[in-house]
Amino acid sequence: MSFTDHRKMQLYGALLLLPAAILLATFAYLPTIATVVNSLFLPGFRGAPTQFVGLENYHVLFDDPTFWKVARNNLLYALGTIPTSIALALAMALFVNGKLRGRGFVRMAYFTPTILPMIAAANIWMFFYAPQIGLFNTLLGALGFSSVNWLGDPSVALGSVIVMSIWKEAGFFMIFYLAALQGIPPELKEASDLEGTSRWSFFWRVTFPLLMPTTLFVLINALINAVRVVDHLFILTKGGPNNATNLLLYYVYENAFSFFDRTMAATITVVILLVLAVVATLKFTVLDRRTHYQ
Amino acid sequence: MRLRIPFAMTTLAAGLLSAAHVNANSVDLTMYYPVSVGGALTDVVDNLVAEFESEHPDINVEAIYAGNYDDTRVRAMSAIEAGDTPQLSVLFSIDLYELIEQNAIVAFDDLVETDEEREWLNSFYPGLMENGQLDGKTYGIPFQRSTIVLFWNKDAFEAAGLDPETPPENWQEMADMATTVREASNGEQWGVMVPSTGYPYWMFQAFAFQNGHRLMSDDGTEVYFNDPAAIEALEYWVSLSTEHEAMPSGTIEWGTLRQNFLEQSTAMMWHTTGNLTAVRSDATFDFGVAMLPMSTQRGSPTGGGNFYIFEDTSEEEQRAAMTFIRWMTAPERAAAWSIETGYMGVSPAAYETDALQRYVEEFPPAAVARDQLEHGTAELSTYQGGRIRRALDNAVQAALTGQLSPEEALNQAQQEADSVLRRYAR
Repeated sequence: MSFTDHRKMQLYGALLLLPAAILLATFAYLPTIATVVNSLFLPGFRGAPTQFVGLENYHVLFDDPTFWKVARNNLLYALGTIPTSIALALAMALFVNGKLRGRGFVRMAYFTPTILPMIAAANIWMFFYAPQIGLFNTLLGALGFSSVNWLGDPSVALGSVIVMSIWKEAGFFMIFYLAALQGIPPELKEASDLEGTSRWSFFWRVTFPLLMPTTLFVLINALINAVRVVDHLFILTKGGPNNATNLLLYYVYENAFSFFDRTMAATITVVILLVLAVVATLKFTVLDRRTHYQ
Repeated sequence: MRLRIPFAMTTLAAGLLSAAHVNANSVDLTMYYPVSVGGALTDVVDNLVAEFESEHPDINVEAIYAGNYDDTRVRAMSAIEAGDTPQLSVLFSIDLYELIEQNAIVAFDDLVETDEEREWLNSFYPGLMENGQLDGKTYGIPFQRSTIVLFWNKDAFEAAGLDPETPPENWQEMADMATTVREASNGEQWGVMVPSTGYPYWMFQAFAFQNGHRLMSDDGTEVYFNDPAAIEALEYWVSLSTEHEAMPSGTIEWGTLRQNFLEQSTAMMWHTTGNLTAVRSDATFDFGVAMLPMSTQRGSPTGGGNFYIFEDTSEEEQRAAMTFIRWMTAPERAAAWSIETGYMGVSPAAYETDALQRYVEEFPPAAVARDQLEHGTAELSTYQGGRIRRALDNAVQAALTGQLSPEEALNQAQQEADSVLRRYAR
């Protein structure tokens, strides 16, 4: 290959990358940099110029008890939704991967929550949860239990939001597990049947390890979703009662658009980005090495 | 999208019309507006705009529906930041301080020129003007405005042995009647529900004002949340569920409350008059609408949206925007708007129109919000309003859910508000 050909190939490669690079720069890198910069300044009061304050905004944020409450809520939310929805997704996938009548229908039924827009789903659930007239309390009443104020009682409100999220997420993750299960060669099952392996140990020794890449993928997605929740809070609780269901991204929204405090919103965003970066690093360094790829 | 089509067509028609006239001086206006109750209000607005344009061929108005009050504020503020300032918008009446702080709006006093225009500026109910004025100047013109009213189920009252035509006059009566209904129904039906999500501060303000207490200063730099009268008001609200056991414990959802009332799971509810037309069309029982009960005085805060004209627009555009606002708030239009929505007619003259007079005669509840205006107070509005309202929302919810006593909760909210407002109290 001549020198000019080599240069041409390089240019060709660069041009191929250009569209993605421009999009990423415009919609990911520039806003990120702008956010970091914003978090270091304090806007002037009544027309006064903006002032560089270093890490002061972070000190203010870490002194804000609401922020810690919201962060704790978000942690509980992640712990509440991720393991359960992944386990449910796996169980549902194993179920609909087997031979059963009306398999297509069952698969579709499991997947339905996923295709509903979040706002629509939240509106439906708001009426499920409504005291007196809601579905759940009507059922409880029929069974002779007293009714619960699902979204209005701070001790159960976050749990109610978590249950709805699990319902919404599990069907989505099921699709990935189903695809992965169908990619497992049937010979493995045949061979283990010949050896007389129990179904239980076949699952733990063969199926589950082979599903590890999918689990990892789903785990990352679930984690991102847990930080990304904002839409159903608008409908269900607006973060209340008394911040019992307020989560990080909703708190960012509140600061930016209800309180007009762009600086604080930027500061919280940077903190979220840092935490996610740490998690991503852990994923690439620790979990990836322990995962079996085919 | 469905709603956008007739609008697109009217814009197109208006465009063709003005093109036919070839008017060199035509002015283009952009306006954002919110809708926060159900119904096809966008159609109503579109029709009004089309009618205005045919009467004023030299002014084109692009009316953009932008969601609820918060969404509309975000849309308008982002447009301003992007250098594409709308000439006018309908925004929350309590957005005043934020808009002033961002130097975003102009005072109508600086725009009016003739005596006729000055007269128009003085034609509205003073109670509705309160949230739009600061330092003696008017920045917001009332448009879709409301108060909180008491809806009661006459059938439930009758079943409980109460007089179906007599709503509670005061706090004691409301608690007693609510308890009576609750006991008569063997716990099947609640006596009263006051929503405590969405806008808890608004409801609390009503309680406090009925107890003779105003929560904020006129200039928006101070709040008085932990005054004994305010604490007493919150104690009464909490007692409806704890002591009288006539209201469910925990918070009560703003969005599903109307349905609760329609399904008769509560005999009384406090809600915005903006729900009136919807309750009227869906109720399967006889209901009434009354002013809120009193403690030492009657009272309800006003609510809803005002017209604002933005800075950074040419004088010609501001004049055109004012022409449009004057047309939209003229008595006949205000009357039509009130009938179609349940919102209030914004001026006394609106209630003197034939249309609204006939409507009120046929359906007397339509006048309750207006009559209550005499006992109205401005909605909670201060600098850093979002944060202040949130602090009060949290306090109300903490008290209603039993996390804090009313006194502790309001002390905490006061402390939070004081530290936020410190730099404004000069």
